[in-house]
Amino acid sequence: MARIGIVAIQGDYQAHAKGLERLGLGCTFVRRPPDIDGTQGIILPGGESTTHLKIMKEEGLFDALKEFAGRGGALFGTCAGAILLARDVRGPRQESLGLLDISILRNGYGRQLASDVHTGPTKLRNEPLEMVFIRAPIIESIGEKVEVLAEDGGHPVLVRQANILASTFHPELTADPFVHQYFLNMLAQR
Amino acid sequence: MDLMNNNLWRVKVGLAEMLKGGVIMDVTNAEQAKIAEEAGACSVMALERVPADIRKEGGVARMAAPRIIREIMEAVSIPVMAKVRIGHFAEAQVLEALEVDYIDESEVLTPADEEHHVWKHGFKVPFVCGARNLGEALRRIAEGAAMIRTKGEAGSGNIVEAVRHMRAIVGQIRRLTTLGEEELVHEAKELGAPFELVSWVARNGKLPVPNFSAGGIATPADAALVMQLGAEAVFVGSGIFKSADPAKRARAIVRATTHYKDAKIVLEASEELGEAMRGLDVRQIEEKDLLQTRGW
Repeated sequence: MARIGIVAIQGDYQAHAKGLERLGLGCTFVRRPPDIDGTQGIILPGGESTTHLKIMKEEGLFDALKEFAGRGGALFGTCAGAILLARDVRGPRQESLGLLDISILRNGYGRQLASDVHTGPTKLRNEPLEMVFIRAPIIESIGEKVEVLAEDGGHPVLVRQANILASTFHPELTADPFVHQYFLNMLAQR
Repeated sequence: MDLMNNNLWRVKVGLAEMLKGGVIMDVTNAEQAKIAEEAGACSVMALERVPADIRKEGGVARMAAPRIIREIMEAVSIPVMAKVRIGHFAEAQVLEALEVDYIDESEVLTPADEEHHVWKHGFKVPFVCGARNLGEALRRIAEGAAMIRTKGEAGSGNIVEAVRHMRAIVGQIRRLTTLGEEELVHEAKELGAPFELVSWVARNGKLPVPNFSAGGIATPADAALVMQLGAEAVFVGSGIFKSADPAKRARAIVRATTHYKDAKIVLEASEELGEAMRGLDVRQIEEKDLLQTRGW
């Protein structure tokens, strides 16, 4: 069975752990590079991307995650995690791992008062997905190799490029394990 | 609880979820807000004066001036919170119109109503409230608080009250989980809290909203202490900008909060920080000057 790591610098990493638990899976919390050893997939949770970025760099996790992806490791980022995976970040500009060919705008909908729960279709199944957006970013453009798996309000909200999956919403804040299961299936296919 | 199916409630608690494991720092201007963000704060709290100064200078402490809050909102990309006086729902309406991300109905400011807190379910913007024990926490949640923080004793630089309040809340939750159904009604009466919430906590072994720590955190080890006692994030008030080297101390407290169980990193974070804020012996503070007894 796959071993999953969850970056646990700050944010809703416990919610992701609970999501995996529902699928019968344990996890490792990743705070420093050695925590990555033995994992096949890593989740970058929601939280504050600026905080994550700083501590990742301080502990050497930033480079370690790039190497992990280079070795074919799978990554799944939600909200702040999607920002960290993006090639290009605006609002304001900030450094990122650059593993996913998207351009992303932080707090794209506005401040907390614009946070909301939507329900929208996905290419992955007939039933719609419940999408919890919290001060969410907007994916403004995508590269050729990026596949859009779900859209909302004319913007891609769930995207995949090879071993990288990202959502601008928080599947970990719903009772539906579908997106986490999809990520596990991605791992199994490799 | 029906609340769990209410989408507005879910996004209010959702933002609190995003702040877990982080440090929320008190700031009084845009320059301090930038220092806080640069140090890795997950959010900043805008206020007119930090608690240590309110304590020293006295006078009525109110919501910060909208201009200052707006400057802070423009200076940083992280969520911005601001404080209102207990029961001052019109200050809260002003902050909602200003579109702050969270409102702290705070005992640090001079209370506007000594009987009633704000009815927080009536707002779209989420609220955090202080509590000293489980009953107080559940009363605030009943009114619509989407995040609870221990009160501690703000502006004291002394962790003892934050520890007392965190231990009280965690201990009372643990006790609830051992009680039988028939005992919970009496317990609700004793706690002065709604039965539905008491019953929810007994079944789930935690508060229905995130539980953070505040009031007296001044060092990286203070942060590690309250996190190990069960806090899910920390608020630092006077502890940063009343210390010798705010930027360095802010960064160190952020680091210690992430790695709160890793003593080697907390040690590293604790080195060469310069002087911490001086701090007060809580026993020397007169009863009438205590902030934690404001609100109920």
